[in-house]
Amino acid sequence: MSQVKTLFKDGMWANNPALVQLLGLCPLLAVTSTITNALGLGLATLLVLVGSNVTVSIVRNWVPKDIRIPVFVMIIAGFVTIVQLMMNAYTFGLYQSLGIFIPLIVTNCAIIGRAEAFASKNTVPLSAFDGLMMGLGFMLVLVVLGAMRELIGQGTLFDGADLLLGPWAAALRIEVFSFDNQFLLAILPPGAFLGLGLLIAAKNVIDTQIKSKQVVTPEVEKGPRARVTSLT
Amino acid sequence: MILSSMTKNGAILTAFALITTGTVALTHSLTAERIEEQEKQQLAEQLQQVLDAHHYDNQLYKDCVVITDERLGPRPEQVIYRAYKDNKPYALVMRHVTPSGYSGDINLLTAVFANGEIAGVRVTKHEETPGLGDKVEVKKSDWITLFKGQNVLSEDDSRWAVKKDGGQFDQFTGATITPRAVVGSVKQAVLFAQAEFDNLFAAPNICQGAK
Repeated sequence: MSQVKTLFKDGMWANNPALVQLLGLCPLLAVTSTITNALGLGLATLLVLVGSNVTVSIVRNWVPKDIRIPVFVMIIAGFVTIVQLMMNAYTFGLYQSLGIFIPLIVTNCAIIGRAEAFASKNTVPLSAFDGLMMGLGFMLVLVVLGAMRELIGQGTLFDGADLLLGPWAAALRIEVFSFDNQFLLAILPPGAFLGLGLLIAAKNVIDTQIKSKQVVTPEVEKGPRARVTSLT
Repeated sequence: MILSSMTKNGAILTAFALITTGTVALTHSLTAERIEEQEKQQLAEQLQQVLDAHHYDNQLYKDCVVITDERLGPRPEQVIYRAYKDNKPYALVMRHVTPSGYSGDINLLTAVFANGEIAGVRVTKHEETPGLGDKVEVKKSDWITLFKGQNVLSEDDSRWAVKKDGGQFDQFTGATITPRAVVGSVKQAVLFAQAEFDNLFAAPNICQGAK
């Protein structure tokens, strides 16, 4: 049970793929101009992540260590192509607005990262849960960033939600305030970098505050990490 | 020892390649029909926006010619759909493209009646700056609908320019290049349609076999 709790905490916060591991930045920065796009790509990534984690975990005992990477890549590429075909068939409008970013899920290091770091060493249910949590954590950051950029840039929320969720969702669109000219910086790629930077900063502030309230316990020194954004 | 592990790994890799490719192929064959349907529906919606389907009586996607002409843009092979009413030529719907936008090509769809009047214009694809140049999209602004009912009288029709250049079409605040490119491209396409209207209807139909 405690492992499930750890997985939940890691995926959503402590080891969040977007805020801490900084994996999958390419789709993260490219598609978060509106909530709808962010949600669409978030869901697609979540689906691929759970699917690839489960499959990698199932085959983990049959795949020799030497060829595990090509096998993982094949599994992930297969899942992405399937998700792409499905989106093309069932959410055509969204497929068109996300366009080239769907194949880019293949290059989302968060997916192969989880396959290698977790799914290849753990049981199927745990791997599925890990994929779910990492995917949700990634999606959450996408959606928050999308909401920030859409609100500041266009003054709306859920613009174009009907492309993703069907005609009823057109009613979800909220016009918070209207501009004569949109605030371009938020919509263009630099806005994504600034937004992500602010989110990471906010997370670090919260972490520091939590830590300062806790009784200081000596922490075991861990090995160095290639990329982390939290302060040590 | 090495040889046997190579054989084994090779076999495992092959097996995985076959399984993943098989799954993808299966999904493709299951969704192909639906994707084609979606594309056809999208095409019908696009065509409907520039030319009301109630006013002609053939299926547009079943009747087209493919033309290479620099008035329709530098890229070869633009598709032109032909609409008939009571078996008489009614209108042409042309795809055309202009490279003169602010970033990348702007793809357009323009419908022209037999008398040379514009039935409608839409931008189908572009990469203009969000918030500035993207007002050529009908979703963002109704600017593009101003073309409806217009006519081009001659090659040097002075009304066919943005207001900044002395014409009749508004530019956008902060974006002149995009509307200038669209106005110029539509003008050329309309002139092309007026000059070649009868020839285009006389050309053989290459979309006959379309389902």
